Amino acid sequence: RDFNERCAQCSEVNWGLTDGGGFYCRTCHNVIERTREVVNTDFITNSRVQTISKGSKKQEKTDGGCEWYICEGFQLVLKKQVEALEALGVCPQMKDEILCNFWRCYLQKSKQAYCQRPAAETVKALSVCESSTDVDSDPERPSLLHLLSLSESEGDLQTDCSFASSVSKVSESTSVYSGSVDGSLYIMKNQKEKLRMTMPMTLSFCYMALLWMREPITLSEFLRFVVEGHIPYLNVFQHFPEKMKLCGLDLKIFCVESWPVYEEVFNKMHELAAFLDLPRFPDITESCFLHPDMLCMKYLMEANLPDELHNWTCRVVKKIGIGEVDFLTLMPGNKSTRKVKHDVLAAAVIIVVLKLLFLLDDHYEWLLSEFAEERNKNNTEGGPYFEFKKWYEVVKHVLDVEQKKLDEERAKYLWRCEKPLFYSVKKKSKVLKRRQMVVNLQNQFGKLAGSVQRAEKPNPSSFQLSWSEENTDGSCFHGHSLKGVLQEKRGLLTAMNPDYWLCTVKLCNEKLCGHLAHYKDVEFPQSYHFVLGLFSFLLRIQPSYIHDEVCMIEHKLFNKKLYKKLKYNTVLRK
Amino acid sequence: SSNEHKLNFKKSKEACLSYIQDALLQKQWKRAAEFLTCYVESLEKDYSREHIGPSEIIWRIGTEILWHHSQSCMKEFNCFMEQMKTLGVKRYLKVCLEHIFHLLCNGQIDEAYQNLSLAESWRFGEQTAIQDKEMKLIQAYRGLLDYYSWSKQKNILLENGEDGFSDLAVEQEMHGYFRKAAVNLKEIIKIPGVWDIFVKCYVDLLEFYGDHNEARQVLNEYAYNSKFPANPNAHVYLYQFLKRQGESKKSLISALKILHDIVPSHELMIDFNTMLQKSKKRKKRRLGLEVIFTGLDYAGWKENAKAWSCLARQVKQIVISEKHLDWIKHEWNSRKDWWPAFHFSRYLAKRNWQENKSLSYEKALVAGILLGKDCKYFKYVSHQGCKAQLKRFRMLKKFMNRHSLVYLRISG
Repeated sequence: RDFNERCAQCSEVNWGLTDGGGFYCRTCHNVIERTREVVNTDFITNSRVQTISKGSKKQEKTDGGCEWYICEGFQLVLKKQVEALEALGVCPQMKDEILCNFWRCYLQKSKQAYCQRPAAETVKALSVCESSTDVDSDPERPSLLHLLSLSESEGDLQTDCSFASSVSKVSESTSVYSGSVDGSLYIMKNQKEKLRMTMPMTLSFCYMALLWMREPITLSEFLRFVVEGHIPYLNVFQHFPEKMKLCGLDLKIFCVESWPVYEEVFNKMHELAAFLDLPRFPDITESCFLHPDMLCMKYLMEANLPDELHNWTCRVVKKIGIGEVDFLTLMPGNKSTRKVKHDVLAAAVIIVVLKLLFLLDDHYEWLLSEFAEERNKNNTEGGPYFEFKKWYEVVKHVLDVEQKKLDEERAKYLWRCEKPLFYSVKKKSKVLKRRQMVVNLQNQFGKLAGSVQRAEKPNPSSFQLSWSEENTDGSCFHGHSLKGVLQEKRGLLTAMNPDYWLCTVKLCNEKLCGHLAHYKDVEFPQSYHFVLGLFSFLLRIQPSYIHDEVCMIEHKLFNKKLYKKLKYNTVLRK
Repeated sequence: SSNEHKLNFKKSKEACLSYIQDALLQKQWKRAAEFLTCYVESLEKDYSREHIGPSEIIWRIGTEILWHHSQSCMKEFNCFMEQMKTLGVKRYLKVCLEHIFHLLCNGQIDEAYQNLSLAESWRFGEQTAIQDKEMKLIQAYRGLLDYYSWSKQKNILLENGEDGFSDLAVEQEMHGYFRKAAVNLKEIIKIPGVWDIFVKCYVDLLEFYGDHNEARQVLNEYAYNSKFPANPNAHVYLYQFLKRQGESKKSLISALKILHDIVPSHELMIDFNTMLQKSKKRKKRRLGLEVIFTGLDYAGWKENAKAWSCLARQVKQIVISEKHLDWIKHEWNSRKDWWPAFHFSRYLAKRNWQENKSLSYEKALVAGILLGKDCKYFKYVSHQGCKAQLKRFRMLKKFMNRHSLVYLRISG
């Protein structure tokens, strides 16, 4: 469709495709040698997405492999990921309409397809790789070592000295460098200009689609599902078809050896949204799962806190305006507003509410707890009052157990998969031997590990901690009352606690140092550390990020008071 | 920015390794195996820059687990070791050696021998030269096992010999083992090191075949060559050999000199003192006194009755002869502050009397001379001894009465 050359015979531009994938002129039925790029229909489900046009070579190489391009690989990855999401219950629309279009848009904008490809670029790369037999002779051609060092991935692939040392012995063609046609080119490309695709970015793509669809899954949850193995990420290349051979630099692109962190995926997603010139995302309203009111309810339940606290979170949300549609909805390219992390925001709101009601200065909350305990002992009618101490003990115990389990799981994580990887055909036998030995050893020691077998992947669940009201041991606090910490003043329920301490008096400039506040530098009360730690575990992110959000919320909440103070100070100075 | 806590392959395996180490320390073999199963995929990474690579770690940890785990058997162990041998050619001989040690510990002498022979015939380009030390060890251990076989044959021969039969075949086999053993054992002890067992065996062989000169030379080298690390056993072996050969007291004494310097508390010091005491040379007798005093400085000798009797004999002899009291004075000078509490407390007097009357006798004699007859120790023991109407204690009392002022001259 994009082929615009004139037919040699009749000078028309009216091309069609034969069954064999060859081009023929519809006017005079002249068949030319140019063939449509082999795009295996396995790669893409939506038949509307078509060819990635390029100058083509022989269709099949001698080793049974075919020519394939890096972005085709990524397309496959995305397909697998979105199918997994569908299996989890995400609306199928996401794959066919949303993600697909995002991807096409990306390919177009990054000039990898659907456009007049600067053919010169490709041709140059190909000829360079083919011609010279002596690797070191051509000063223009980047050496393999150089290419390796360019990539920002930190995998140990870079330190594979044995591979690097074999470079000088290489004297063959492109197959050594990468199984894909443009692997080396891909790594060489200047990343800043065109937002080069990476494995972590596939997650950004997925999340962007999820956000667009307003699916009830937060980024932290999504990433947790990835780590738990419900979304293919780590060894997804093993699902590539046999013909797509991976070797050499492809490994650097598709083999990851680390889990991307929240910040990374989050920031990339925003970059991507801006790069694709997307319009304002669909509105996030009060009925939306991602709205702080909803998320707060979920997290309160998961944190085993009284339902009554939800009134308070809603009040805070309303007061500082973070429940507004304009605040919550993503407007790509808008650099002036702070990007919203819905899950972290909700967690931070809960923490602020806890600080409002319990102060969390390592004294007051225990005091309140004692009063509640007294009352609960003497008065068993009506629901129990919420006792901070009891809650702390129950939750801490469970948290410690879960954290320990998580740490062990992280240590037992298996990174490799059945499909062996090798840089070059030369290394193949060594790699296969090693793989065999690893499997043997795993069997031998696995038997000695006793009855502790690697459990099947647990079913993905939205709630990591669950508390049942039916437990008679009183370990569920959902129904507990906050009466012990509240008082009535002029018909309104307010906190008995008159004080509040700010996490930070002055917010830092996020663009300069990456954070709004510095969690590690200051000493905070243990109770504060504890609640931060709790949500840090639930969301699987560093406590400092939640701390930042807490600071931001506090500053919004106490804006007037702070402003007054600042003003007062300046007056004094005069 | 936030990449420090990013979980990646390397960190994950580091954490895994620390779990394994904890489990090993607590002897939780099942748990260690569980985590090792997850660790082994590290083999698929090239760690050429690391100090100790995963293949070595897996070898060492796997060995520990398989050796101790209740459900593991030798068959599995051997299978594992064979795999480890293929893992790192630079470690090949080391792994072989360790495997052989384990086989020996398990009593599988024949298998150990087979492995030794196999390892000996291994060749791998320049690695063979690089791993020369390990090769020598392998040959030495094979020599050792040959010695062991020789020894068995010898015993058979000796038994049969009693009946008057001499089995030629057994004898020839025995000689064969001797030759094989001798060659290898001789080689290893040339290299500076601690080769006690090899030396002993080699000397045993030489003595049996009557090559005493060679034996003497070997032992001298082992004891006196400064390239070899200081080794008390070397001197002990030499001394024992010389004794067997019936050498003069002079050469026996000289053999023990260095041992006294290195290990003053060695049990042979008693023999040393006994020989020195009897010497005609004044210097030697003086040395003898020093030797016995020094030995008794050590807690391990506190209840050594023989040692005390040596000391008692010598000081008694000096006191009687009234010559060289200054020797005792000199020795006592550095000990008078702490020996009383260390050896001659009332508590010890009671205990020694209860447990070992001879010991208390000898000690009492020494105490009386050094501290006078009014000292706690002497008073108690002497009183008890006389009460029990034991003759020698009465004699002791008389002796002390005669020499009651000696202690003043010693301590003054």
